[in-house]
Amino acid sequence: MQEQLSVKHLLGIKDLTPGDIELIFETADEFKDVINRPIKKVPSLRDVTVANVFFENSTRTKLSFELAEKRLSADIINFSSSNSSVKKGETLLDTVNNILSMKVDMIVMRHASPGAPHFLSKHIKANIVNAGDGTHEHPTQALLDTFSIRQRLGGVAGKKVAIIGDILHSRVALSNIFALQKLGAEVMVCGPITLLPKHIATLGVKVELNVRKALEWCDVANVLRIQLERQQIKYFPSLREYSLYYGINKKLLDSLNKEIVIMHPGPINRGVELSSDVADSDHAIILDQVENGVAIRMAVLYLLASLSKN
Amino acid sequence: MQRRLLLGHPQLAITIGRLCQELIENHQNFDNTVILGLQPRGIFFAERIKERLLEITGTEIELGYLDSTFYRDDFRRRDSPKRANETKIDFLIEGKKVILIDDVFYTGRSIRAAMDAMIAYGRPAKVELLVLVERKYSRHVPIKPDYVGRQVNTLDSHKVLVEWKGQGVDDDNIWLMTNEEE
Repeated sequence: MQEQLSVKHLLGIKDLTPGDIELIFETADEFKDVINRPIKKVPSLRDVTVANVFFENSTRTKLSFELAEKRLSADIINFSSSNSSVKKGETLLDTVNNILSMKVDMIVMRHASPGAPHFLSKHIKANIVNAGDGTHEHPTQALLDTFSIRQRLGGVAGKKVAIIGDILHSRVALSNIFALQKLGAEVMVCGPITLLPKHIATLGVKVELNVRKALEWCDVANVLRIQLERQQIKYFPSLREYSLYYGINKKLLDSLNKEIVIMHPGPINRGVELSSDVADSDHAIILDQVENGVAIRMAVLYLLASLSKN
Repeated sequence: MQRRLLLGHPQLAITIGRLCQELIENHQNFDNTVILGLQPRGIFFAERIKERLLEITGTEIELGYLDSTFYRDDFRRRDSPKRANETKIDFLIEGKKVILIDDVFYTGRSIRAAMDAMIAYGRPAKVELLVLVERKYSRHVPIKPDYVGRQVNTLDSHKVLVEWKGQGVDDDNIWLMTNEEE
């Protein structure tokens, strides 16, 4: 049985071994128990300071990390680029080194540029957790997604998971593909051809353009948001048309003759990729994902912190 | 490593019986008493105590498992982290008399952490500590067990290994593991 992670930073799922993921899951099981107790806090990280450095907007990931850090008794500082010296022309490395000279042990970072946390990891000593780098990876989201599948279906190996929507701009999709494959699941991506990366099939995933066929194939549908803020050009004629062809509603689900699990990393655009009656139904485990997110992030922070001796 | 038998099968059963009699003396009918076995190794001993008390008194006492990994004071200080185990307490400990049970009592730091972990579940009326083996003169914190199966003199280089029947071994045995040179 693996006792500790094989990596010093959580930069992406790509670098993790299946054993790492299993260790994170088993640790998260115990933290899930912790956050459901009357006293939801443990003292493990009381001598650790974590900086949440967000160069890009985030609500739930930031809240989830912050709560995870607080539940572990870490000291935290928050930084968001919108009201900082980044606007005055400071470089990423300078910004982070300034934060680190205030004796910070761990950095949780979100950045719009793919690879930003990888770059940082080569220059600083603190443990880094990637909270999303551009369109590249969002490892904790993939961990909580697969953890939620494991919780709902009893395991991930052998399950069929369809990732539906804007795959091109999605870091959630890429991290999920890596995580699901490492855990032995079959993966399909589905969306309009313009929103699928050109060579996605080389990752060993099935590609499907018809959402009904994807739903008929899968046990779990992970539905992604259309990331309009990342789309510089038009990838489809209108949201209404997207919703007509790729939106998932109750009628479509009822016509499948089987039960599938619906997931969504949030934020949902109700009426676009998911109708309200699906998002609020028993099929959806969207709020379980959010709860599991705190436990998974506690496990990641705990396991990374344990690697550096005080 | 060489091993020397500290306590073998028939004597161990007598010791467990004696510990149960001491518990009965202090708790009478156990109507407000619960047991918490400490993960990872103390739970097997706690199960034995619970079974024996059931045989003697006919009373089934509630038993939970307590894991103190997240409360340890050596986190980020030891070479490899300890793996967390399941905490399973399906009852309230608020206002109860809690008997903490572990197999080997050494520095006392695990028990300190366990008491912190326990408090997260409520405030017991009273807490007692029952251990199978107490390693003498090794305490790092001012904690003393209320019930002791066997006291032993050990060196820091020694290890005490408790084996329970049914876990890949044929009999209950307690071994003292020593280096060959000694």
